[in-house]
Amino acid sequence: MTATPLAQSGAPVIYVVPRAKSAKPGRAILYVILSVALVYYAIPLLLVISTSLKTTDELRTGNIFTLPQSLNFDAWSKAWMTACTGIECNGIHGNFWNSVEIVVPGVVFSILFGALTGFALSQWQSKLSRVILLSLMLGAFIPYQVILYPMVRIFSSIGLYGTLPGIILIHIIFGLPYMALLFFNFYQGVPPELSKAAKMDGAGFFTIFFEIMLPMSVNVLVVAIIMQATGIWNDFLLGLIFAGRDHLPITVQLNNIVNTTTGVKEYNVNMAATFLTALPPLLIYILSGRYFARGLAAGAVKG
Amino acid sequence: MFKKNLAAKLTLVPSTVVIAVCFYGTILWTLYISLTHSTMLPNYKFYGFSQYATLLSMPRWHTAFANMLIFGSLFIAGSLVIGTTLAALLDRNVKAEGLFRVFFLYPLSMSFVVTGLAWQWLLNPTTGIEALVRSLGWQDFSFNWLASPEKAIYAVSIAAIWQSSGLVMAIMLAGLRGIDGDIWKAAKIDGIPVWRSYISIVLPMLRPLVLTCVILLATAVVKSYDLVVAMTGGGPGISTDVPGKFVVDLLFQRANISTAAAAAILMLVTVICALSPYVYIELKRQKR
Repeated sequence: MTATPLAQSGAPVIYVVPRAKSAKPGRAILYVILSVALVYYAIPLLLVISTSLKTTDELRTGNIFTLPQSLNFDAWSKAWMTACTGIECNGIHGNFWNSVEIVVPGVVFSILFGALTGFALSQWQSKLSRVILLSLMLGAFIPYQVILYPMVRIFSSIGLYGTLPGIILIHIIFGLPYMALLFFNFYQGVPPELSKAAKMDGAGFFTIFFEIMLPMSVNVLVVAIIMQATGIWNDFLLGLIFAGRDHLPITVQLNNIVNTTTGVKEYNVNMAATFLTALPPLLIYILSGRYFARGLAAGAVKG
Repeated sequence: MFKKNLAAKLTLVPSTVVIAVCFYGTILWTLYISLTHSTMLPNYKFYGFSQYATLLSMPRWHTAFANMLIFGSLFIAGSLVIGTTLAALLDRNVKAEGLFRVFFLYPLSMSFVVTGLAWQWLLNPTTGIEALVRSLGWQDFSFNWLASPEKAIYAVSIAAIWQSSGLVMAIMLAGLRGIDGDIWKAAKIDGIPVWRSYISIVLPMLRPLVLTCVILLATAVVKSYDLVVAMTGGGPGISTDVPGKFVVDLLFQRANISTAAAAAILMLVTVICALSPYVYIELKRQKR
């Protein structure tokens, strides 16, 4: 491999060395390994989708790896409207909307609360604020199991246990460490001259936050929305305990339908319900593209 | 002096209250319950450490705790090896890198419930891989980890690695992309093979990222609950029980809140033991 001088005449000669290409067999092995990995990652989802499109007859005859003979959405409508949990046969549609009702305000308010906290921590830096910051950081590592029971008692005593506002508030609380640190890291990187100049012009804390900082934070906002929307949608434990019977999120209902011990197992219906539960976060992932990976990196920085 | 940053300080009041009450206050509360004899409702008469003795005499707790260690080491090691390998491979100017990345990362958007259910079907002997291989003619083929009390926890680990190894891949790939090209040039000039450069030069440079991955994965291990509930329900028997499930069951089904509280406190102690080296390093770095 030869390095190519880019600038023949200019003083500093820049050499572009292509990333070392290994010998051909090495490249082949590389692609084989990557393809095997791709199959390992793809199979569970493909299996769920393909089985959800089968009829009950097809299930009886073939194994789950055969492809469906035609696109049959009967199992989907059954999963949506009439799948049974052992107690009721209402499918997952009600819980789908329950989850939407929890996710939308949960995302908005947890981000607002976290961003304000992160911004305040970046503005006022002192010994005390560093203690708050460290407490937040460590708070992210406390297992839910330690917090659950006292929170149930607190929420019962103020009448929020088992209510929609209650489960939303729970998500706001448990999201605080992640959101506050995400925004703190971002606002700390903003040049302090900016808010100083605004203060000179007489702008107050909230004016600076809402009119200067928040519009600057589009990237980090997108990351926060992705993190919270998928995180709250995918939550199981908090929804199970705090949402109450009327607001059970879709993940809890899915588990109730699939792992019910009564009745014949209808794999196509179960997989359709699984796919419908997985679809919203999957769409967020596909639509958000590189932001999703950036969110992971941001999550990594928070540690 | 107090008026300076007044708005920022006032804004922090609700957050501070939430942190103090909901995160740290509840720890003290749970700690106190663990020192009482409470069944369905808390009874605040102090009884000392007898709940911890009860807990440590329960075979189910031992199974749960041992499972956390087995599952945790398999899950962390597996995710690290697979994620780092995939990141290194993708870093070698791969065609269709975007396609590979999409498939390696999408499981991260799946909930553990969905992960558990999909893998339950895949590993279930009557529907999944075993049935497939048998239908292809190998009648003696057996792959029934989910039905085996000894091996079911390995099946859970496979599913968890499927869900989370993309996280390691994403973090390590970002790190690899940030490596100075001169290092590669120097290694090339010295005639060091590529794989050797990764193991001896590049990966040691990414040690902080590896540490971050370990911490993120370790917290997932301690928190693990939904995956086990969805995939095995803790079974066969109690063979795949984990502390997270143990505590929730005792709290909300067995009405044994003080033993549950003791178990929760031991979970917290485990987290503290796992985290303290990291916090120590972090504090030392901040001092400098």
